[in-house]
Amino acid sequence: MNMFKKTIFSVLASLLIIGNVYADKIRIGTEGAYPPWNSKDASGKLIGFEVELAWTLCRYMEKQCVIVEQDWDGMIPALVMRKFDAIMAGMSITDERKKTITFSQGYADEVASLAVMKGSSLEGLDTPEGINLSLGGSDVTKALKTLTGALAGKTVCVQTATIHQNFLDSGDVGKVDVRTYKTQDEVNLDLASGRCDAALAAAVAFTDYAEKSGKSVVLTGPTFSGGAFGNGVGVGLRQAGDDAIGKRDAELLKAFNKAINKARKNGDISRIATKWFGFDASM
Amino acid sequence: MISSFPKLLSATVITLKLLSASLIIGLFVGLLFAILRLNKNIFINKFAYGYSYLFRGTPLLVQIFIIYYGLGNLIGNNEFLKSSLLWTVLKEPYWCAIIAFALNTGAYTSEILRSAFQTIKPGMIEAGKSLGITSKIIFYKIQIPIAIRQSLPAYGNEIILMLKGTSLASTVTLMDLTGVAKYIVSTTFKPIEVFIIAGSIYLFMTFVIHNLIKYLEKKYSFQ
Repeated sequence: MNMFKKTIFSVLASLLIIGNVYADKIRIGTEGAYPPWNSKDASGKLIGFEVELAWTLCRYMEKQCVIVEQDWDGMIPALVMRKFDAIMAGMSITDERKKTITFSQGYADEVASLAVMKGSSLEGLDTPEGINLSLGGSDVTKALKTLTGALAGKTVCVQTATIHQNFLDSGDVGKVDVRTYKTQDEVNLDLASGRCDAALAAAVAFTDYAEKSGKSVVLTGPTFSGGAFGNGVGVGLRQAGDDAIGKRDAELLKAFNKAINKARKNGDISRIATKWFGFDASM
Repeated sequence: MISSFPKLLSATVITLKLLSASLIIGLFVGLLFAILRLNKNIFINKFAYGYSYLFRGTPLLVQIFIIYYGLGNLIGNNEFLKSSLLWTVLKEPYWCAIIAFALNTGAYTSEILRSAFQTIKPGMIEAGKSLGITSKIIFYKIQIPIAIRQSLPAYGNEIILMLKGTSLASTVTLMDLTGVAKYIVSTTFKPIEVFIIAGSIYLFMTFVIHNLIKYLEKKYSFQ
């Protein structure tokens, strides 16, 4: 019996020690389903631009990190509930999200675009190449008008709780039948099968899919930035509080900002971005 | 959080539509396969058993995915099948969900009804025969009513399970109660409040179904 108690005690003690080790590590949440930002290889290992960048930032912060997987639609609640300490999941910095969490400075910026299947009536829309919703102007108004006409009554598919969904729901392009999916993979599948007339996501998400699947997915219309699309992608962090834990969150924000500065200066962000995106998406 | 309540209630209508459509179709499918299960022909019998084995042995989520994404991918990438009526139906997530739910609940219902048929005492059928009633009428007027009464408790359970099963419709883009709850959480980032409200709505529906079945059990009791 004594032996038994000893065993239980040592197991519990070791659990506590493991728990402490983890408490010292920075836990970074990512989705693992949004290539090339973050995804998984055939063996289930997390890979992608943000996974590699996360390890780099951790090296600069001189901290140990663990990367945690989390479904996209539960990302912000999981951060708030302290399941992890930081989000690096292609999450754009928007005012709406800033009501709940805070962001580091942006580390990458990438435009959004509509995609359709080759041969679709929506292919080759007559719009400027790119529009910035924050800037406004006649170009933006004209492009939005063209899109409103073209998308009327069409089904446009997006991943749930994204800037892309917010944009379609905002009414900037009129009343569109918006269909939401849990992951970008599912959006791609339904775009290819023809259930969606068009899809909206980061432009690279589509080019990456077209390249890997061999499906004839093509981009159409302008590329979008600004406004509902936010100001680049940053590390999502908890808003700092007054208590001890809250102060640690504030320190983490500073540490991430410093690490991003260093990584940018040393050219790490551009190098990793070029590796995964095929162009320099760093900011 | 109160502001999310009307949205959740209107989503409950979709949940109830999905539930009623799949239960009605599922009941007919279940009855058909229960009768096939009781057939003496070994091929018909095994076919009906295979169906129920397949749909009871795999997760509902997998079934929905196979019908929605699996068939969608197969048909959507084939020009000939794409122009067929099949695609008009399977293109809509609503129908895909109803087909999956109906086939799933149909499998369970067939088992419930089969065992109910088997509990009918031969004496009851013989009594009918001795009165000169044709076996067709015995089946419709004696066997089916008794089987339905016998299966009420188990079937009530199945309705409740199916109600909760409809929450999987949100995985194929349908904005049912769970789908809308998830959507509200993803914009308000308040999971506890929203899911508690959604859960309470499910609980209330279960309460109504439970009491309805209890009432029917009492009404059609043999005592």
